[in-house]
Amino acid sequence: MDGIHDMGGMDGFGPIPIEVNEPVFHAEWEGRLYAINSVMGAWGEWNIDAGRACMERLDPVVYLQSDYYRRWLLRMENLLVERSMVTRSELDSGAPVGVAVEPLPTEEVFDRMRASRSARVDAPIAATFKIGDKVLVRNIHPTGHTRTPRYARGRHGVIDRDHGVFIFPDSHAEFKGEAPQHLYSVRFTAQELWGPDAAESDTVYLDMWDDYLDAG
Amino acid sequence: MSPHSDSGHDDHSHLSDTELRVRSLESLLTDKGLVNPEALDAIVDRYENKIGPRNGSRVVARAWVDPDFKQRLLENASAAIDSLGYTSTQGVDMLVLENTPTVHNVTVCTLCSCYPWAVLGLPPAWYKSFPFRSRVVKDPRGVLQEFGLKLGAGIEVRVWDSTAELRYIVLPERPAGTEGMSEEALADLVTRNSMIGTEKAANPKAGKS
Repeated sequence: MDGIHDMGGMDGFGPIPIEVNEPVFHAEWEGRLYAINSVMGAWGEWNIDAGRACMERLDPVVYLQSDYYRRWLLRMENLLVERSMVTRSELDSGAPVGVAVEPLPTEEVFDRMRASRSARVDAPIAATFKIGDKVLVRNIHPTGHTRTPRYARGRHGVIDRDHGVFIFPDSHAEFKGEAPQHLYSVRFTAQELWGPDAAESDTVYLDMWDDYLDAG
Repeated sequence: MSPHSDSGHDDHSHLSDTELRVRSLESLLTDKGLVNPEALDAIVDRYENKIGPRNGSRVVARAWVDPDFKQRLLENASAAIDSLGYTSTQGVDMLVLENTPTVHNVTVCTLCSCYPWAVLGLPPAWYKSFPFRSRVVKDPRGVLQEFGLKLGAGIEVRVWDSTAELRYIVLPERPAGTEGMSEEALADLVTRNSMIGTEKAANPKAGKS
């Protein structure tokens, strides 16, 4: 979707907030929430792409006004309700309804986290493009999840590397299957993306799936 | 690096409400059997104490001293890093980007905040911030200058926008004057930011920070 999360190329957010000697977590609750996210993800009720899609559906004003882990909290609450793991009234009251399940043992959580890391698919699927091919990023504006940033749509690039076959996030995020296909590094000149004022020598690389690309 | 007092966590108006809701959520999920507080403790401990940029620094230092390893790292980063025995990285698909005298790489995730957690730990707040996500793809040289890195016109700046389940780490150039240093001492020069691409590896003459 053409959401607020798709920030590449926007202006006006100010200087980079560099912090010296930064702690891993700035408050205890950030660590607890980070861990809750990992443990709840291990139940397999959603996948990483569906999790990102849920983040992208936050109200854009709320997205901009909330810090990183606040966004994680709002996303987690929404995911739990959408996937019927918790009801909104349980979240509001804090009082559980129904019979408790048996929690996943800690080692099982770690095993499942490890097993879900790779999106690589071992399937004999042919590549549409080869290294050196010129491509054009499709001018698509899906209302669901996509990993094509707006700044790359309609732009010409060159296939730099073929990473092999990967899960296609646009389909996976909506629980419509993995739709495995080749994933490539596509090289764009900075001037193709940002116009003649960009440095002539500079480039931007994006990972793009077959379904984002046409020959061009 | 220029310090700013603003940590990027400037959302204090929400802090107490957020903290209360996180506590309530943990309590509810524990009561429902959906989370086991011991697993939460173990995950927090892992990121606070076990996984951090040191793992990545060791990978880079090995590549500096072992040309065969470097070759394998550039060709198949996941397998090469696995061969060093970091179980935390198992299953992560990775790509290592080599800096040279004429090429400087910098990584970002404009759409969310993808980062090689398994090799570098959790990202700094600035990496996840709106200013970095929005600007580094369009004005990388300006952003790098904010980190104190000024690159000449003869250097190609490559920005890698992490759109897939493929995590990038930058292989910074080995600093001059480090020929006699041990692998362990070299690893001390490999800063987290040098593996994101917002600075070079530390100069040994400057001393350890």
